[in-house]
Amino acid sequence: MFLTITTTGHDDVPATDLGFLLHKHPGRAQRFSTSHGTAHVFYPEATAERCTAALLLEVDPVALVRRGGGKGRGGAPDAALAQYVNDRPYAASSLLAVALGGVFSSAMKGKCAARPELAERRLPLRIELPVVPARGGAALVERLFAPLGWTVTARPLPLDERFPEWGDSRYVALVLEGEQLLADALRQLYVLLPVLDDAKHYWVAPDEVDKLLRSGEGWLAAHPERRLIADRFLARRRSLARDALDRLALARLAEAEGAEPEELDNAVDETVDTEEKPVPLAVRRREAIVGALRAADAARVLDLGCGQGQLVGELLKDTRFTEIVGVDVSVRALREASRRLRLDRMHERQAARVRLFQGSLAYTDRRLAGYDAAVLSEVVEHVDLARLPALEHAVFGAAHPGTVVVTTPNVEYNVRWESLPAGHVRHADHRFEWTRQEFRGWAGAVAERYGYTVEFRPVGPDDPEVGPPTQMAVFRRDASAASGGPASNSAASNSAASDSPASNHAAPNPGETPADPDTTPKEAKAA
Amino acid sequence: MSTTTITPHGAPEAGVRTLAVPDLSLVVLVGATGSGKSTFAVRHFAPTETLSSDVCRGLVSDDTNDQAATADAFDVLHYIAGKRLAAGRLTVVDATNVQPEARKALIRLAREHDVLPVAIVLDVPEEVCAARNAARPDRAALPRRVIQRHQRELRRSLRHLEREGFRKVHVLRGAEEIEAAGIVRERRFNDLRHLTGPFDIVGDVHGCRAELESLLGRLGYAIERDDRGRPVDAVHPAGRTAVFVGDLVDRGPDSPGVLRLVMGMVEAGHALCVPGNHENKLGRHLAGRTVRHTHGLAETIEQLEAEDPEFRERAHAFIRSLVSHYVLDGGALVVCHAGLPEKYHGRTSGRVRSHALYGDTTGETDEFGLPVRYPWAEDYRGRAAVVYGHTPVPSATWLNNTICLDTGAVFGGKLTALRWPERELVDVPAERVWYEPARPLAQDAPGGTDGRPLDLADVTGRRVVETRHMGRLAVKEENAAAALEVMSRFAADPRHLLYLPPTMAPCATSREDGYLEHPAEAFAAYRADGVRQVVCQEKHMGSRAVVLVCRDAETARERFHTPEGVPGAIVTRTGRPFLDDPETARRLLTRVAESVEGAGLWQELGTDWLLLDAELMPWSLKAGGLLRHQYAAVGAASRGVFPAALAALESAAARGVDVEGLLGHQRDRAADATAFAEAYGRYCWPVGDPSRGWPGEPSPDELSRPAGTRRTDGLDGIRLAPFQILAAEGRSLARLPHDGQLALIDRMIEAEELAAALTNQPCGYRRPWTNRVLAPTRRLVVDTEDEASVAAGVRWWLDLTAAGGEGMVVKPLQAYLRTEGGGLVQPGVKCRGREYLRIVYGPEYTRPDNLARLRNRHLGHKRSLALREYALGLEALDRLADGEPLWRVHEAVFAVLALESEPVDPRL
Repeated sequence: MFLTITTTGHDDVPATDLGFLLHKHPGRAQRFSTSHGTAHVFYPEATAERCTAALLLEVDPVALVRRGGGKGRGGAPDAALAQYVNDRPYAASSLLAVALGGVFSSAMKGKCAARPELAERRLPLRIELPVVPARGGAALVERLFAPLGWTVTARPLPLDERFPEWGDSRYVALVLEGEQLLADALRQLYVLLPVLDDAKHYWVAPDEVDKLLRSGEGWLAAHPERRLIADRFLARRRSLARDALDRLALARLAEAEGAEPEELDNAVDETVDTEEKPVPLAVRRREAIVGALRAADAARVLDLGCGQGQLVGELLKDTRFTEIVGVDVSVRALREASRRLRLDRMHERQAARVRLFQGSLAYTDRRLAGYDAAVLSEVVEHVDLARLPALEHAVFGAAHPGTVVVTTPNVEYNVRWESLPAGHVRHADHRFEWTRQEFRGWAGAVAERYGYTVEFRPVGPDDPEVGPPTQMAVFRRDASAASGGPASNSAASNSAASDSPASNHAAPNPGETPADPDTTPKEAKAA
Repeated sequence: MSTTTITPHGAPEAGVRTLAVPDLSLVVLVGATGSGKSTFAVRHFAPTETLSSDVCRGLVSDDTNDQAATADAFDVLHYIAGKRLAAGRLTVVDATNVQPEARKALIRLAREHDVLPVAIVLDVPEEVCAARNAARPDRAALPRRVIQRHQRELRRSLRHLEREGFRKVHVLRGAEEIEAAGIVRERRFNDLRHLTGPFDIVGDVHGCRAELESLLGRLGYAIERDDRGRPVDAVHPAGRTAVFVGDLVDRGPDSPGVLRLVMGMVEAGHALCVPGNHENKLGRHLAGRTVRHTHGLAETIEQLEAEDPEFRERAHAFIRSLVSHYVLDGGALVVCHAGLPEKYHGRTSGRVRSHALYGDTTGETDEFGLPVRYPWAEDYRGRAAVVYGHTPVPSATWLNNTICLDTGAVFGGKLTALRWPERELVDVPAERVWYEPARPLAQDAPGGTDGRPLDLADVTGRRVVETRHMGRLAVKEENAAAALEVMSRFAADPRHLLYLPPTMAPCATSREDGYLEHPAEAFAAYRADGVRQVVCQEKHMGSRAVVLVCRDAETARERFHTPEGVPGAIVTRTGRPFLDDPETARRLLTRVAESVEGAGLWQELGTDWLLLDAELMPWSLKAGGLLRHQYAAVGAASRGVFPAALAALESAAARGVDVEGLLGHQRDRAADATAFAEAYGRYCWPVGDPSRGWPGEPSPDELSRPAGTRRTDGLDGIRLAPFQILAAEGRSLARLPHDGQLALIDRMIEAEELAAALTNQPCGYRRPWTNRVLAPTRRLVVDTEDEASVAAGVRWWLDLTAAGGEGMVVKPLQAYLRTEGGGLVQPGVKCRGREYLRIVYGPEYTRPDNLARLRNRHLGHKRSLALREYALGLEALDRLADGEPLWRVHEAVFAVLALESEPVDPRL
């Protein structure tokens, strides 16, 4: 990775003063060991008119992987570092920022032992970074540097000229020009390079806040993107970011936690689809579900596909729900739910009401049998249509709870989401979204097959034309139905069309029961 | 254990007092303190078979005589005894057991586990007990009255022991008799594991003597008749044994005739027979008990009236002698009348007998007033095949390793037999409807080929999968938890996810200058394993694909539940659908099916489907995202940085700054980065647009175009290179030698080429495509013992990779081999090309210091993993071939995915 700093001058104020400021002699090439490779400093040009210092950091890619200890827990903080093929040797990342801080430490502090007055002087600076990874693109680069008084030129680099259809990469060639204090420029780079990259090569500890505040002195507090900067610099550790912002006396911003778009982890996430003010749809949905469960007089409830456990938390607030089981196929989601619900710190009596475990509705599961109610909230649309019959059998046939509450998006309503491009589903992992008619058709067929009756309710504002944003079906098990249940036949799950409980039945055989089963002619008289 | 012997049916040896004990039973020693129970137990039973109350007292209280710990001690004793009995192990309880309450708890325990309780009473004079206790320091203080109380309680108990529920009671009186006694372990009557057949298992006959004679004839039995021409025996020339699942009698025209034949066969040792509920009822009638003459019993009684009393007596004795079920063929086969859950196999209790004869019911009755049967077979997971009858079904089908052979012969259906171990079904149609059924035959056979739905317990938790080729293979809970998410959220429907390819180890790390992998290592390794002939196959530049191709979409839907209109399925190596667009999948699979047809392989292999292991190209088709986000991004970054850095260094050098070393180094790095970009670029090419062309005939406009440009089906650029045929209907082909494999595949490719060559000739009903979908796999056979041949192999690889090839895979030509030590030989190792490895190990991996570090790679784990996954893959294919239920195939497929998954801890 590579960076040049150029300044101009004349005989009275020679550009080569840069060498004093950087504390590096323009006539020599110097090398410095850093924790991840070797930093080289040299001057491609050094005249009174124009002086350029270059920092070239040679990263050892093999050491990067080997030291990272692989992926996952205890491994590299940045997944890219666990790959032999990664851009770190080329792109200006936190590695370069740290090297900058190490190699030019006195300049960054604004000290110049030989010529103290130099450090106080604004210089015409031109900083070139040929490859800057910029999550957020050239526009974000502009938003970050322009408010600091830089003239920004950010040119996106194409991914591969041989394949023009691939478009641009996330890298830009960056040129910053402006009259600045060198120390400010270096400290801004130190903070903003990792912010643009949105990654760090080391685990972020609480002292990172101090680093941010130290380097941000004089320019960060007034920066319009300070929230984004704090959030990304602190590797999205919210508590740290809040701390940093609080300490910047920006409590006002800290309150509005969580609006920054996070990377979608669609197993964990529940709420991204359509939250809009004032009452988020997710809240409406939970209210509707809890209402339906209360109306059904359910006490022992399954939340199938519980995600981060928002509904489980809601149910815990009402003691009429005596047993609440959250099931999800994603262990990460369950961990997040456990953390949010603070299961480990809950009182024993309270904790006894709730259980979370991994499960999958692609399989029948004995643990799910015998509950009053099951909730499938925003779950079915995450299952491939072709595999839905297996879920139907697992829930309605095998688990066979008294009540089943199903919610799913109403695709007709999508035209009302201004932010949603036409023809797009609300969530990248949605395998389908149903119209009201499609949902009713599906629910009716399922109810019929497994011995339930079904009612439909709108959730959210019921638009006269396109209906509500979320549609809900409440299934009730027929009191009279003897079929279905855990012993139900398997045909239904094997073929959605088949609907025959006949194979359960004994064919014409004596209706008698064994009269005296203990009389076993031979076994009994074995003695 | 010196006196412990097994005799077939417990015939006591003369001379000594031998006590018969079933080899699976709960043996309860009864005797006062000091009566010598522990000594007796030590002499006749293994230490681990004996549970002593004193020891349990010690376990919970550190004092073997602490009476205050008695309740806890017995909890422990019962718990351990329960675990042993559940596992089918004989267990001896060494406690005084003189009180009825103590024995009652043990009898209950025995019944819970369906084993026989046996009492052995040691009745020793009070003085002897007292003397023995006095000799033991820890018991010396025991008051005499305790012994006296024990003696009193023992006396009171003696008469009641049988009534309490002990199936055998042995009373040994006096120290001498105890000293002289021996124990004989007798085999349970239902334990015929030592009989290995082969067997012909016959379904419910119900008096259909003529059909039975026809069936036995078709099975190859020669029927012997008495002087009145009545069949009295049937013998198979190859010594096969017939096994009847019961319900020989009632409803049909000649129950006595059936009995006569079957009794003759059983008595002559040519057949085994288990009782049905109809025999049980007839037996009670013959014993003079009052039973209702319903369900066809009246007809049997009437027919028996015509027989002489001796025949009726013989029939009665025969019925009394029948054992509820048999465990056969080393435990692989269980035969009973109405089906039996695994926990009852080989067990002996009233409950087991009742279940074997009548099956399990839910307690409900259906609209015909008949009991609703509990579908036990859906829950069945046992290793043993359970063959049964009782419930008439239109045709016999396997469900979870169980099969019902009652195909309603008496109701005008057919009489069915199962050949074991061949698992072939043989049937003869009923000559007529002999008896009107009370309700129509069930429309659906239970389960069908899929068996019951997949259950979470089939895949989660720590699992051990039994494999034919590598024994028991463990899957960790953490791996299963990770795989569960992938399988549930992203994988294809398990019903057409029949195989996942194993990971493949690279060849041993090369010391050759500039190379991390080199074929010399692969050849040497196989030579060391004693493998002479290996085949080098080019490694295609695509993504692994497992291709299920069916003759047509209809076959695919019926057999594998594939989506409408698609003749098969294509999945990635982690089980995901390969192509997002079903239309592209449909076209591609249709093209493959046409070539299979053209090659005549459907007929030749006797199948309507094939499972292919293949590579689907280009890599960019599936890995486009990875290529762009990781590889192309690295290329873009390198292209951005080096021109600027080199220019700066050159300026500095021009100024006389000493940067020569750094400049040279940066130039090398720039060259490496360029080579890297070239390497990944070879994997990317555009593919056709599936929205064009297909289906239907070309438009007149298209016809007017020059030949060779007509008829595009949107698959241009997509190439499928099959390199192995994994399976066809009823057979796993994974062990077919690779030359044979490739010959079959070559024929498919030739068929496609031939079809393309005919483009301009308007013959045939189907106009062929001009583009090719199938790609050949270049190969070279190398003799690892022949230096010249090895050198040719190395050269072949060098040429291949120099021309931009990815590398090659070296496999034993025989496909499936074992080393001298008996272990599996690696089914293949990869030797990747020097340039290709830049994509794996980074652009600069070839630099000497990088290579030195990369050579320090540990392949042991990878090799072991490759073998385990290989064995699991073979297992999935074998289970599929054997027609085993879906969950069994899925178990092995899931295990491969689990082993390939990064573990996650499911415990919160």
